Amino acid sequence: MITCQGVSVRLGDKLVLDDVSLTVPPGSWVAIVGPNGAGKSTLLRYLMGTVRGVGEVRLAGQLVAQLGRRQRALQLALVPQSPVVPEGITVVDYVLLGRTPHIRPLGVESAKDLAAVHDALVQLELVELADREVTTLSGGERQRVLIARALAQGAPLVLLDEPTTALDVGHQQQVLEVIDELRHDRGLTVVTTMHDLTLAGQYADRLVLLDRGRIVVEGPAAEVLTEDNLAAYYGARVRIIHDGDRPVVLPVREPRIVRDRTS
Amino acid sequence: MTTVAPAVPLARAARLHPGWVLAGVAAAGLAAVAGLLWGAASLPPGEVIRELVGVGSDLSDRQVAIVEQIRLPRVVLGLLVGGTLSLSGAAYQGVFRNPLADPYLLGAAAGAGLGVTLVIVNLGEGGLTPGYVPLAAFVGAVGAVALAFVLGAASGGRSSTAALILAGVAVASFLTAIQTYVQQQHQDNIRDVYVWLLGRLSTAGWHDVRLLLPYAAISAVVLLAHRRVLDVLAVGDDEAASLGINPQRSRLIIVVAATLGTAAAVSVSGLIAFVGIIVPHTVRLLAGRSHRAVLPLSMLFGGAFLCLADLLARTLAAPAEIPIGVVTAFFGAPFFVLVLRSRRMGVMS
Repeated sequence: MITCQGVSVRLGDKLVLDDVSLTVPPGSWVAIVGPNGAGKSTLLRYLMGTVRGVGEVRLAGQLVAQLGRRQRALQLALVPQSPVVPEGITVVDYVLLGRTPHIRPLGVESAKDLAAVHDALVQLELVELADREVTTLSGGERQRVLIARALAQGAPLVLLDEPTTALDVGHQQQVLEVIDELRHDRGLTVVTTMHDLTLAGQYADRLVLLDRGRIVVEGPAAEVLTEDNLAAYYGARVRIIHDGDRPVVLPVREPRIVRDRTS
Repeated sequence: MTTVAPAVPLARAARLHPGWVLAGVAAAGLAAVAGLLWGAASLPPGEVIRELVGVGSDLSDRQVAIVEQIRLPRVVLGLLVGGTLSLSGAAYQGVFRNPLADPYLLGAAAGAGLGVTLVIVNLGEGGLTPGYVPLAAFVGAVGAVALAFVLGAASGGRSSTAALILAGVAVASFLTAIQTYVQQQHQDNIRDVYVWLLGRLSTAGWHDVRLLLPYAAISAVVLLAHRRVLDVLAVGDDEAASLGINPQRSRLIIVVAATLGTAAAVSVSGLIAFVGIIVPHTVRLLAGRSHRAVLPLSMLFGGAFLCLADLLARTLAAPAEIPIGVVTAFFGAPFFVLVLRSRRMGVMS
């Protein structure tokens, strides 16, 4: 479980996060949503400890600031939105990077590390691709490789920054199903930022809506994804349709008034 | 799902293939033997081999001395300098994620050049006394890199490698300008300075080897120990940090170790260009891009390459010597293009 209390982050002159407090219960999936520039990615980076600000973050009750980098990496894995993939690296070598916090600082991997990598490859159905170069994979395959790296890291908490951006709808569903499966199989706690509100509502237990650095609404999808909220914070015209208890966000377009020029 | 036996690809995760290590050791060994057998003085190779393996030869005492006091230290020096420059180059390219990085990237060459020029110009003939020139080169190289580091940190924050590289470029240009000016003001010493700038493996016997060895050893141990860390740094600072690495501290340690080795190599050999770029890239094309392979193999093949280049430098125009930097570039560049073409890979981006 991860909690943060009173988090504010200033980047340059801009207050990107303003007094954000958040609790993510163990085993749950929280989706952070909000318009572009709302501070979603910055919140993830603050939880990771890669951006400075004020406010404390606790992992299972312990202050993250007091953990060493390796200790934190053992608790918290990140799937970045635009990862830097080294030229020519193979899938197996890339997933093996996830074992870094388990390996002595100047040592090399043990059989246990290789076994963890193997498990991650099996679970994400990447064994066939293990020898391929990551840069030659399709978007969906690459996303699975990234998740495999986070999985090999063995951290109970996984942060995913826009895991479905740039994927087609079928691959979006595949990736989210995989994450949900891992969550149940391994008891992982998941925090994602997401743009697709319908998908966020379908997979996450709770949604947190950020706008201009503040949490404006949070709760189950049905409470967050309302026509009023999306108009107020996204400036969007949508209709909410209910598929069972899951809201479906449907963008609507007003018919344009066409003047008749012949008259 | 755990019943599946670890598939073949996992065996490849331990990336340094023993075959390549063997090839590297063999290359270094063969280059060293060739360097002992041939040279400016023509000795019968068969007799040199008999002398080396200790079965008694027909070589005169003077000829034995040529092998043991001139060729042997020079061969060892070639292995050390080539290995150190290649290893440092590979480390620089890795730590800055820049394929054009060479061991002189942060101004080591310009600093060493200025140091040597000042010593030769101010001390005249006395400046060429063994001891002064290496010291001046070493101090100049370390000083220049330290200056680049301070300037880079002051202007770009602690996470910016781009600021560090730009600071290195600025320091190098500045010091080169001073060096050129001083050199032009002292036309009578220009030849001594020029000879040093082009690089050569000296014939000062074991003195230079003893000078270089401790630095080369420390630098090699530290850099090789960081081979896996360099692979992690390849994913960028933020991700490396999320994997439990301290990117700033690791980068500092690697740069310091590579600079120490480079400065020591430059201090005894002058500015030998090209080795630190060509050897690591050739290794990458042939044996894979993981630093776990690139670092140790660059060291072995770099030593072999410089040893052979030195053999050509001292025999092609014997009894005169061709500057070794000319040989490394003249033979290294076409060879590198050949490797590039044969691999049909556009991976230098």
